[in-house]
Amino acid sequence: MDTFIQFFNDESNLLLIYLLLFTIILGFEVISKVPTVLHTPLMSGANAISGVVIIGAILLIRQADPDDYLTLGLGFLGVILGMVNVAGGFAVTDRMLEMFKKKK
Amino acid sequence: MIIDFIINIAYLIGALAFVWGLRLLSSPDTARKGNIVAGVGMVIAIVAAIGQPIEGASNNYLWIIGAIVIGAIVGLVSAKKVQMTAMPQMVSIFNGLGGACAVVLAYAELVPYYSGIKELDMAGLIIILLALLIGGISFTGSMLAFAKLQGLVWDSTITLPRHDIVNMVLLLITLGMGGYLVASGVEGGLLMGSVFMVLALVYGFSFVAPIGGADMPVVISLLNSFTGLSAAVTGLIYGSQFMLVGGILVGASGTILTVLMCEAMNRSLINVLVGGFGGGGASAKGADGEQVAKEVTLNDAAIQLFYSQSAIIVPGYGLAVAQAQKVCKEVDELLEKNGVEVRYAIHPVAGRMPGHMNVLLAEADVPYPKLLDLEEANDALKNTDMVVIVGANDVVNPAAEDDPGSPIYGMPVLKVWEAKNVIVLKRSMRPGYAGIENPLFFHEKTRMLFGDAKDTLSNLASEIKSL
Repeated sequence: MDTFIQFFNDESNLLLIYLLLFTIILGFEVISKVPTVLHTPLMSGANAISGVVIIGAILLIRQADPDDYLTLGLGFLGVILGMVNVAGGFAVTDRMLEMFKKKK
Repeated sequence: MIIDFIINIAYLIGALAFVWGLRLLSSPDTARKGNIVAGVGMVIAIVAAIGQPIEGASNNYLWIIGAIVIGAIVGLVSAKKVQMTAMPQMVSIFNGLGGACAVVLAYAELVPYYSGIKELDMAGLIIILLALLIGGISFTGSMLAFAKLQGLVWDSTITLPRHDIVNMVLLLITLGMGGYLVASGVEGGLLMGSVFMVLALVYGFSFVAPIGGADMPVVISLLNSFTGLSAAVTGLIYGSQFMLVGGILVGASGTILTVLMCEAMNRSLINVLVGGFGGGGASAKGADGEQVAKEVTLNDAAIQLFYSQSAIIVPGYGLAVAQAQKVCKEVDELLEKNGVEVRYAIHPVAGRMPGHMNVLLAEADVPYPKLLDLEEANDALKNTDMVVIVGANDVVNPAAEDDPGSPIYGMPVLKVWEAKNVIVLKRSMRPGYAGIENPLFFHEKTRMLFGDAKDTLSNLASEIKSL
């Protein structure tokens, strides 16, 4: 319990909790009431955004020791995975939305 | 100093671009722009991550650039090449990769922690374990979802007896293992940490195993939200508010879609996850063997359609499997030429991912104002002459309305039997994916037209042309 109270009383943790809560609310507000026609593009676009993990992978590689091949390898793998998610996700969403667009 | 400022502003702009992009994505007119805005936000953030000053970092830029190039090529090429009918599979794979990335990153933190190079407090360790858990579930879960959608795996071959209990036990063991690791700190050791990761991966697989068919849209949206959460948790590891915001937004959108899908089936999420559909009482009702489905000839069907006032097409997963969306549009055009008003009724869970049918019909150039959602369709069906059901089954099952014993009782369905005539295009009399008998096929208004959806529709098109 004490650790928990300490964690909560820490200024930067508290800020993080605020950020977390407000982002959750913002997310629900921004996306609610999506028409059915956009369910797939929204999911696939959001999916591309979840590729933000790539930022972590880039930071991991940058901080790794040049001789630490395990970390470098893991980071390398991470960047590839994240980048496929990002590039593929945005491209596929754009392809779908292009089809929606042209029959206006 | 000034460079730090620029980097921080860049991340901030990136996060705002995500919010703005998602906002634009939820309206048809601005959706494409929204996707581009979000993409630009991502590029800004990636550049910031590469440029951000890190004290004493060796940078290893060659590794980063190499990986980015490989990832971008693989991603762009597969996005370009994928068939629209294979879209649910593609989305699942991309989704799983995000989860895999979170697992890799979390594991890369675990190694220096257990070898004593890096210290962590309890909160730090919990965060890493959470990233492993959520990322792991989303990775293997999405891969299995992909395999199922691709037809590589059949549900029955990978479910154990009482799979719900197996899942529960597996989850408890995994969580117990996590608790043990948190309690024992560095003493836990890398081996135990790795075991935890494997448990999370196995659980992800096992958790998706019993879910199939019509429940697929629910599980795909749920996995989408998991990947977002894993990205957010990974953001906590790196102290990146940007990753936190991006991940949470995805988590929220995935959750909203999951809830929408569950509502469309009138079932709780728990019910879906336990794999409640199918089997059981399903066969109890249709067992009297007296009922005979009436067939219609192609020629009759063509005449009926051609001389009707209005027709509504109800597409389902069968349309995607047969890749019949373009022929479907051809029939639509032929009928419209003769003054028939043709529209489409789209059930929210038709197909295998949220909005699946909309994407397919968009590919075939069907204008989206012709697509009716559940409520609009049920209003329109009452005054419709002809209903053509192409590969849909459970979403037009009247048992959902009037048979309390049916597993889908209470699910909102398209009331096609309220129209004047119903033609069902179907491969065979086999029940749908959920294994539930459909009384609609024996309904007095219903006529069956057996065969592959694509072949039947193109034959129908030539019949109509010859009239």
